[in-house]
Order: sequence, then structure tokens, then C-alpha cells
Amino acid sequence: MVEATMNYDEAISKFDPVLGLEVHVELGTNTKMFCGCSTVFGAPPNTQVCPVCLGLPGALPALNKIGVESAIRIGLALNCEIAEWCRFARKNYFYPDMPKNFQTSQYDEPIAFEGYLDVEIDTDEGRKTFRVPIERAHMEEDTGKNSHVGGATGRIHGADYSLVDYNRAGIPLIEIVTKPITGTGKYAPEVAKAYVAALRDILRGLGVSDVKMEQGSLRCDVNLSLRETPESKLGTRSETKNVNSLRSVERAVRYEVSRHAARLAAGDTVVQETRHWHEDTGISTSGRAKSDAEDYRYFPEPDLLPIAPSREWVEELRAALPENPAVRRARLVADWGLSEIDMNTVVNSGALDLIVEAVDAGVDPAAARKWWTGELSRIANDRGIELEELPVTPAHLKRLEELISAGSLNDKLARQALEGVIVGEGDIDEIVKARGLAVVSDDGPLLAAIDEALAADPAVAETIKSGKLAAAGSVVGAVMKATRGQADAARVRELLFEKLGVSE
Amino acid sequence: MSGISQEDVAHLARLAHIDIPADQLGHYAKQLDAILNAVAEVSSLDTANVAAMSHPVPMTNVFREDIPGVSLTAEQALSGAPAVEDERFRVPRILDEE
Ligand SMILES: [Zn+2]
Repeated sequence: MVEATMNYDEAISKFDPVLGLEVHVELGTNTKMFCGCSTVFGAPPNTQVCPVCLGLPGALPALNKIGVESAIRIGLALNCEIAEWCRFARKNYFYPDMPKNFQTSQYDEPIAFEGYLDVEIDTDEGRKTFRVPIERAHMEEDTGKNSHVGGATGRIHGADYSLVDYNRAGIPLIEIVTKPITGTGKYAPEVAKAYVAALRDILRGLGVSDVKMEQGSLRCDVNLSLRETPESKLGTRSETKNVNSLRSVERAVRYEVSRHAARLAAGDTVVQETRHWHEDTGISTSGRAKSDAEDYRYFPEPDLLPIAPSREWVEELRAALPENPAVRRARLVADWGLSEIDMNTVVNSGALDLIVEAVDAGVDPAAARKWWTGELSRIANDRGIELEELPVTPAHLKRLEELISAGSLNDKLARQALEGVIVGEGDIDEIVKARGLAVVSDDGPLLAAIDEALAADPAVAETIKSGKLAAAGSVVGAVMKATRGQADAARVRELLFEKLGVSE
Repeated sequence: MSGISQEDVAHLARLAHIDIPADQLGHYAKQLDAILNAVAEVSSLDTANVAAMSHPVPMTNVFREDIPGVSLTAEQALSGAPAVEDERFRVPRILDEE
């Protein structure tokens, strides 16, 4: 059922929002957290399972070192303290996707705690930084996957029965929980989205996960409450699950603000409950109310030994952390002399790392950016492949740029050379030679071609002489065509104006 | 002295998915009480200078390398299941009708 909502601007003028975000990230380890089963996505059902992850009697867990290491690295990247000593705990509940009838998680001893992440958003007063306080990042395991049979829509409600595939059960998860985020005012939706985006960039930079929201390797729950003023005590919160795109994070916050406000303004209370986000309709619907089913009877996991990361190990991991993506971005914007908008184009094109590689190899930043966000993006797009899959190396671009600045290739010929690289004709020099790509630098053939072009269109010379210099374009085009693109267009233009006695 | 009530027993039974008839709640409450009282005796000892023990094995950081091992086949995995369909475990309806 659709609930009443209040216009967002009105809602935000009456109430102060308090956000909380819980993000689950599935780690990209080779094996599960507590057993050696593979984690490859898309395997046939129940082929990546064993006595441990099926919860068979007597099976004992064995902890994945990379799972723990990834958790520590994530904690460090989020400016957290790393526990000197911590344990796993059993979270007890019954659900068919949990074959053990408990989830191995962490309770009051998370491996990482007390961190923060700074995020930048555009506000009415320009770009502004919000510090999102992080309460904890802890280790746990994923559940199996249910599919529901019968009923109307394959959904759990009204299903006759369900089928369970445990391939996913036991894959390492890190849950990252913020503290209540206050002080965002009307920017709550933007801050929420920017936080999840920044977190995704950090996790990607760490190489701990493929962070694909659409495949569920990064999942977000949005908690929201409203209070009358920033001085009032916290209101009752709702917890919206299944918010699985950046756009939805923003929309879900906006929707919940409007929904809570309508209830509060009508004198109703907000129910503390779990809600489900519907991407298609852009609303959330009520799930289950918090009840004694939430009594998980946590206790320390007796089958696993405590984890006590030595300070040497932690410092070693800290020293090897990649540069924070936001810091790196700011540095590159300055180094390359880009605007924020240019940088957005670069980042959105997915070419940032490729451009950095090319620049590191000695290619001019502007040229590297031009090739990767222009011609190469177009080619990758036409072929439906990722930029990384193109066989173009920094060395190719470097040689191409050398030939262009030496004047022996122009832009058009350079594109033909790149085409040769992509279809596997060899390196740039081989392709240039084999395809006979060279700018015609001798003025003789150019002048002949200009004469021909003028003869073919007798009126154009007068038009140009009368001051309509734009008409020169058609002559230059004709010359380029006649020379199969091997002329230097600027030189053709120069020669044409010289010949007609006009100056630019 | 710990005072386990019949309501506590009913609550725990519900969480553990165990059916306990109402007329037996008192019986179990008494038993649980006796167990808790017996364990509570340790609190009479002076443990001020004893470090808390979380695990009988005095080891930490026992890790496995992240290298795939042997998994079961789907046939083996499903061999003990009461019901199977499409290589998956078939389970009864998860949510009751409302
Ligand atoms: Zn397993």
C-alpha cells in the first residue's frame, strides 16, 4: 500500500533528518570465510558447498586469512582503530538460507571501530565536505540464495515453497555501519549517496571487492529518523533494505524523509520497522516490525579462536594502503590542470587509471585524456567492451603523440593507426609503414589539389575573398579527401588563403 | 535466586522453535533455575586477579590460506535433503499467510 508523503522541501523545513547507513560488501576472496569452497559467481547451484558451509554436524570452520586482512585494510582506509583482540559471535536465528541456524558474525568486538569518511557534495554555497562518522566495520558471512516458487510473482509472499542454493552461504562479508549522521539538513540524500559512492571507490581502490551494486556485492540499508530540531532527541527510525544503486540511496532517503514527515505532521508515530525499497516504483513498503524475533542471543563463537592482529601487521597493512581516491582525484585535478567537470567526465568514462598509466609513461595528460575519453571510448562502446579490454598500451599512445608533434601524423591518420593497433596489425611504426600513413608535407601536391577543388566549385573563391572565411572549410575538406586524409589541414588552409590573398 | 519465570521459558522456546506445552513451563523453569544457581556458585570465588578466559585453547590468529579446496558435488550436497528440486534444497513456505 502506498503511504502519504509530504513534499520534500516542506518536510525538511519542519524536521531535522538523522541518517544512518549500513553497507555490506562481499569480499572478492578466492574462498569462503570459513571453508575452502570457491566463491566464483554464477556456478551451478549447490556445487560450491561443503560440510562447513552447509552446517553439517561436526564440521569445523577454518578462518580465511585474506578475509581478515581485507577487513583490517578496509578499517584502516576508513580511519578506524583496529581491535587488538576480538572474536566472532553466533547470531542465532532460523531462516532457510542459513543452514547452520546461526550466522557467524561479530557482536560487541568488531575488528574495526571509531572511524570516519569525508565526503564532498555540491551545496548552495559551493562544494562542501561532510564528515561521516563510522561506528564499526565487522566480519561476517553471506547467506544462501532463496528462490520462491508458486504465488503470483516469484516473491516470498504467497509462495508455495522455496528452493535454496547455498553457493553464496559463507562468502565473506564486511558490514560497515555509520554512527547517526547529523547536520546534513536538506542535503541528507546527497550526503548518503556521496558516502556510498566514496566507500565504493575506496573498496575498489583496495581491490577487496568488485563492488557491483547491481550484482549484490555492495548492498546498502538506509536508516532514517526525523526530529523537530537539531536539539531534540532522536526520533524513531525506519530501516530500508534492498537499496541497491547509488541513485536509489538518494531516492530512498528523500522518500523516507517525506513519509516520516507526513506521519509526524498528522500526529501519527513512526513505526520502528524494516522496510523494503522498490527500485521500479521509487517507494518503500513495510516489512516486518521489530519484535522478539530480533532477539539473536549472540554468544562468542566457540569453534573459532580469537583474532589478535599484531601492531606490526596492522602497520604493514597501513603502509601499503593505496592513496585515498578522493585525495588522488584532487591531486590529479591540480597536476593535470582540469576542471571538476572535466574530471567527472574522466571518472565517469572509466578511463582514469588508463590515463594515469599513460601519463606515467610520458604521454602528455591532455593527449592521454583526449584519446581515452574520445576515440578509444567510442571504439570500446561500439564493440560493447570495457576500455581495459582494448589492446592499446601507454607505449602506443606515446609513439602516436611523438609522430603527431613531429608533424608526420595528423589527427585523422593517428586514428587510423590506432585502428590498426586494435585489429592487431602490430606497433605504431609498423602500422604507419604498412598502411602508408604519412602527412603530405610537400606543398606541391597540396597546391595541385587546392587548384582542383577551386576549379570544381568556381563560386567558392569569390565567397572566401568576400570575407566569408568559413567557406574555406569545403575546400580544405575536398583537399583532405583528395589526399586520403594525409594532408595537414592547417597547412592546406594556410596555402589556400595565401593563394587567394586573404588573411585570417 | 536467578528467578527464571515461566514467561522466560516460553520466550526461549519460541526463539529456539521448540514446542513446550503450557503445563510443562513451570517444570522447565525450575530445572533451568537449578542449573543457573549451580553455575552461579563460581561468583562466590575471588577472581580479581584472574584474567578472563575466553577460550580453553590459548591460541590466537589461526588462519587458513585463501586457496580453494575440495567441495561436495551437488548430488552429494543434496543427498541428505528431505526434498530436492532443480539441484536446490526444497523448503516449506517461509512466511505464513497473513
Ligand atoms: Zn564450504
